Amino acid sequence: MLILECPCCGVVGEETEFAGGGEAHLKRFGPGSSEENFHDYLFAKENPKGVHFERWRHANGCGKWFHAARNTVTLEVYGTYSAQTYEPPQEIKDKVSAKVPGWSWREFA
Amino acid sequence: MSKAVSALQGASYQGYVTVEELGLRGMITLRGDLASAKLKSAVKVAAGVAVPKQRKVSLDGDVGVAWMSPDELLVMVPYEGVEGAIASIDKTLKGQHYLAVNVSDARAVFELRGDAAAEVIAKLCPVDMAPGQFGPGDFRRSRMAQVPAAFWMVDETTIRIVCFRSVADYVFKLLKDAAEPGGEVGHFG
Amino acid sequence: MSTRLASGGRLLNKGRALNFTFNGKRLNGFEGDTLASALLANDQMMVGRSFKYHRPRGVVASGAEEPNALFNMGEGETFEPNQRATTTELFDGLTCTSQNHWPSLEFDVGAINNKLFSRFLTAGFYYKMFIHPRPLWKHVYEPFIRQSAGLGKAPKDRDADKYEHFYAFTDVLVIGGGVAGLQAARAAGASGAKVMLIEQTAHWGGRAPVDGGTVDGAPVDKFVDEIVSELETMPNVTMRNRMMGAGVYDHGYVLGYERVNDHQPEVGGIRHRLWRIRATQIVTATGAIERPLSFAGNDLPGVMLAASIRDYAVNFGVSAGDRTVVVTNNDDAYRTAITLKNMGLDVPVILDARPDGGGDLALQARELGIRVENGKGIAKVKGGKRVEGVAICSQAGEGAVLEEIACDAVAMSGGWSPVVHLWSHCGGKLIWDEAQAHFRPDVDKAPTDATGEAFVIAAGSANGTLDLAGILTDADAAGKAAAKATGHTPKRKAAPKAEAEEANAMEATWLMPQGATIKLRMKSWLDFQNDVKVSDIQLAAREGFESVEHAKRYTTLGMATDQGKLSNINGLAILSDALNQPIPQTGTTTFRPPYTPISMASIAGEARGEIFQPIRRTPMQDWHEENGAFFEPVGAWRRAYTYQKPGESVENAVIREIDQTRDKLGLLDASTLGKIIVKGPDAGKFLDMLYTNMMSTLKPGRCRYGLMCTENGFLTDDGVVARIDEETFLCHTTTGGAETIHGHMEEWLQTEWWDWKVYTANVTEQYGQIAVVGPKARIALEKLTDDDISAEALAFMAFKDITLAGIPARAYRISFSGELSYEIAVAAGQARALWDALLEAGAEFGITPYGTEALHVMRAEKGFIMIGDETDGTVIPQDLNMQWAISKKKEDFLGKRAQERTFMADPNRWKLVGLDTLDGSVLPEGAYAVAEGNNANGQRNTQGRVTSTYYSPTLKRGIAMALVHNGPDRMGDVIDIPKVDGTVIKAKIVDPIFYDKDGEKQNV
Repeated sequence: MLILECPCCGVVGEETEFAGGGEAHLKRFGPGSSEENFHDYLFAKENPKGVHFERWRHANGCGKWFHAARNTVTLEVYGTYSAQTYEPPQEIKDKVSAKVPGWSWREFA
Repeated sequence: MSKAVSALQGASYQGYVTVEELGLRGMITLRGDLASAKLKSAVKVAAGVAVPKQRKVSLDGDVGVAWMSPDELLVMVPYEGVEGAIASIDKTLKGQHYLAVNVSDARAVFELRGDAAAEVIAKLCPVDMAPGQFGPGDFRRSRMAQVPAAFWMVDETTIRIVCFRSVADYVFKLLKDAAEPGGEVGHFG
Repeated sequence: MSTRLASGGRLLNKGRALNFTFNGKRLNGFEGDTLASALLANDQMMVGRSFKYHRPRGVVASGAEEPNALFNMGEGETFEPNQRATTTELFDGLTCTSQNHWPSLEFDVGAINNKLFSRFLTAGFYYKMFIHPRPLWKHVYEPFIRQSAGLGKAPKDRDADKYEHFYAFTDVLVIGGGVAGLQAARAAGASGAKVMLIEQTAHWGGRAPVDGGTVDGAPVDKFVDEIVSELETMPNVTMRNRMMGAGVYDHGYVLGYERVNDHQPEVGGIRHRLWRIRATQIVTATGAIERPLSFAGNDLPGVMLAASIRDYAVNFGVSAGDRTVVVTNNDDAYRTAITLKNMGLDVPVILDARPDGGGDLALQARELGIRVENGKGIAKVKGGKRVEGVAICSQAGEGAVLEEIACDAVAMSGGWSPVVHLWSHCGGKLIWDEAQAHFRPDVDKAPTDATGEAFVIAAGSANGTLDLAGILTDADAAGKAAAKATGHTPKRKAAPKAEAEEANAMEATWLMPQGATIKLRMKSWLDFQNDVKVSDIQLAAREGFESVEHAKRYTTLGMATDQGKLSNINGLAILSDALNQPIPQTGTTTFRPPYTPISMASIAGEARGEIFQPIRRTPMQDWHEENGAFFEPVGAWRRAYTYQKPGESVENAVIREIDQTRDKLGLLDASTLGKIIVKGPDAGKFLDMLYTNMMSTLKPGRCRYGLMCTENGFLTDDGVVARIDEETFLCHTTTGGAETIHGHMEEWLQTEWWDWKVYTANVTEQYGQIAVVGPKARIALEKLTDDDISAEALAFMAFKDITLAGIPARAYRISFSGELSYEIAVAAGQARALWDALLEAGAEFGITPYGTEALHVMRAEKGFIMIGDETDGTVIPQDLNMQWAISKKKEDFLGKRAQERTFMADPNRWKLVGLDTLDGSVLPEGAYAVAEGNNANGQRNTQGRVTSTYYSPTLKRGIAMALVHNGPDRMGDVIDIPKVDGTVIKAKIVDPIFYDKDGEKQNV
């Protein structure tokens, strides 16, 4: 059972306080978007073995959403950060690079 | 006008820790920019205490303000004083983007009293209740068995818990079960 | 004969005798006994029969690894099967029975399996024998096998005991209170780190006090006493015994299984406490387990692990027999011979499989006059229900008998395996130690935590260090390393020094004799609990089950409740030999928690009985309970389905409630409806994105019904939105939707539109909400208020703040029944008072509280959809002909893009219609309308399905709503709807609004 640090309230809590919310940094495609873009936005989700970026909610806590960079194999958590951002902060990317040189995830590396 | 009643109307239980429902308490959910001077002054006017820091509670007897999230406070005042407090907040924050709403009746408040009060919480919440890890002034929202709850310490032997009104009966029975004599753990010395 | 000795018994309080009952026999033991030691003291060597062949089985071990001595413990509501006698502390009045035999332990019919059929009951036998013919399995084979196999009986009564959880947090958790654990805890504790030390038994020191030795010049038991006293005085160290480390999980999560009062059930209170521990570092000082040797007859009662025989003698003053033959491949077993000899018992011979024999200890044994035979082993154990003698052979040969020696116990030792379970649970890897013939932790491949760092350190014999001197050094280092990893600075104090003795290396001995004939191999047991023999593993290998995981499942080796603690390594070695490959290449099976079985009730913890799950209560719940409510679960709420009068059926109660409401006046507890405040300069814009229709144009003081879709276009919730003021809206959601919709709002605000100025608050429980419904609603309410609630002052789809029965209230003119209706919201604390006042005021009008079923029927009569009935996560508003609720002006809203997808715009989608049965009957729920022909699977084609179906008291016939192919274009068509019984109901497609089509009644 994972422990995560909520960047919004600072609680280091166990997984039962949190709720997973799927892939991070989704780009919304609304009316006017192509069938392909919209399809991918809804259904083509990342499911990597290794470095992954996810959304979590501190559901039994401050209620805030945040992002987590973690490894789906080793379960290492590289860091958690604000949900109000379009890409992982450089500091988080550096932490991942230090552990997994040459990683890439979607358009990020 | 009929008298408003709390969910359990002051039910209590005497175990190795005493459990008591405290009746109706005035509570206001206040959302806004916690760093703003106006909000700070609104809180000061409404509750007489300062805006607490992250995961802290500012208390002055039964009146106080708890930090709920980066943009939310729980303002605790006497039940009868809620409308007045909201009015004063509305006045101070007029023109600001904020939300102040009465949630007094949406909640139930419990108090645990006894040397082993923290132990009762530690049976139900995934929180480190050891002395030094959680103490007076700290405020924590977490999971209590199967429902969300928040709690804080009034002093080393007194803990208050807030949960939703609809699960007051469940939470009371949980606390009662955990406080039943024969369940002493003695982990916190 | 096994018996109680005059000497020995360091754990006993001989001043306190205890009575207990085994298979109805009254027996005596002492305080400090385990059930196993007490049974042995009473010469109860045979304790059960084996799983498959029902062979007599005795106690083999003295700890958690025991495979045989499993009992039904207790009676009635404290009954529990499969309890290990070796880990059960004796208490006065204990009652137990043996398992796996019929009609009695001594005479067992199933043992015929052994005599007649054992040749056939080989690996895979059940599978091969019973696979055909299939029908016989269920009615013939399975009942027979279940009767003759299996372990204890399932409990019949509710468990009377109490269980709970406890959350603990520590820097360093040391699992195991032997000398290694004690020293590791001391070394870690000295740094100031917070240390928790747990031990599964009631005693500290592990097996060191039995094995003996000298630490820093003092006897090891003295050392144990001192270190325990020291730890007890350290404020940063907590110690807890009778607590097993059951499992190690991700990120330092550990389950600790504390058996609080198993040893003193008369105390009551908590029986088991499951500790949910988070440790930054974990030291596994879990010791090692002795392995049996594989020789013919090694399962006879009286054949025991050498160290266990020593434990029983030293700890409990119990001898397994007067004459004990020791058979070994290592030096440690010599301790047993020496101990027994020193206690005045006879050891006729030590059979050492190693050609060169043992070291210092062998010398000592010889000096005591014990005969030692090197290079020898046991060809066969003689005896029926217990050991009568052994036939000796050369280990190198095929089992030709050299000599027979009479004895009544055999002490065997095949070497020691570190308890690597907890190390492995969370991914710690193992390496094969050739010299000691065991797997031990690979320190370079420890499990890693949230930071990617190792968080488990194995210490002492759990780390493969088997000598006392090495154990203390290793444990000291482990404790210091753990403290350091938690950011503390260990004290530079040297580890205690134990005197080392010269030992000869052990020699792997997987089969005895090494060339044993098939006849011997068929009597050489590997897994005592699941009855797996050397020949079974060899057969599995021959039949192609080469992977260890396959061989395990095929033979069931290691799959019993002991999870192969004694059998895995021996089985693995036999398999490797059969496959002609080295052991590491064969690999090992996966260790899974818990280490030994833990009670199901401890996992449930407090979640039993009344607090099994949270039940949400409205402010009026007491009234419902007191007034005949028949409840239905709606989410975690229990809503009144209907209120039955004495003698009234549920159906009639519903009809009465509907009739009264439509004719006069009904009252509904609607408190469970979700209520969410949405406020801010961008609140209107936000709600326009959330709802399919336009909310930003709603005027303050007015209400509007709205639909919410998910981003993939499907209808997810509906409800009435009230605009409180320019910046504030109150959104009503469905009962089940309150928390999810609030979460959904916050998700979009926090993750997509975080620059929008909107705050939300879930105020569902702030209000009790009561629907006052029916033609008499207004005049009844007017009795309780001075405010103007006339049609002009409070029009349909408006709301107004009023004072009702002296209580501040907000009245919404909204209707889900089609009648004149006010939904009144008041502070929850006064809702019950208002409910009572309304009942009183409405009495003269025949006011009738109604439940959710009446609510459902009335809304269906009006053709109103219900989320969860008309929708199922695949239905879009267009399917429900609700285009009117989908704004065409808005550029965007959640679900808009999805609804433009080709599949969503397909004219062939099933659409909402009403169904009128030709015979007036009620259609079954979820029934399908069939079409001509069959599909590719030979199933009848379908053209629609029933979404809601009720008996309508208003229309006095069955009505239904359904999604039907081209439905709205087929008004008047008659379709066939088969029932489960094969008959067909014919139904006409009609408008789904059955009652008051123009909505005149609600708008008066």
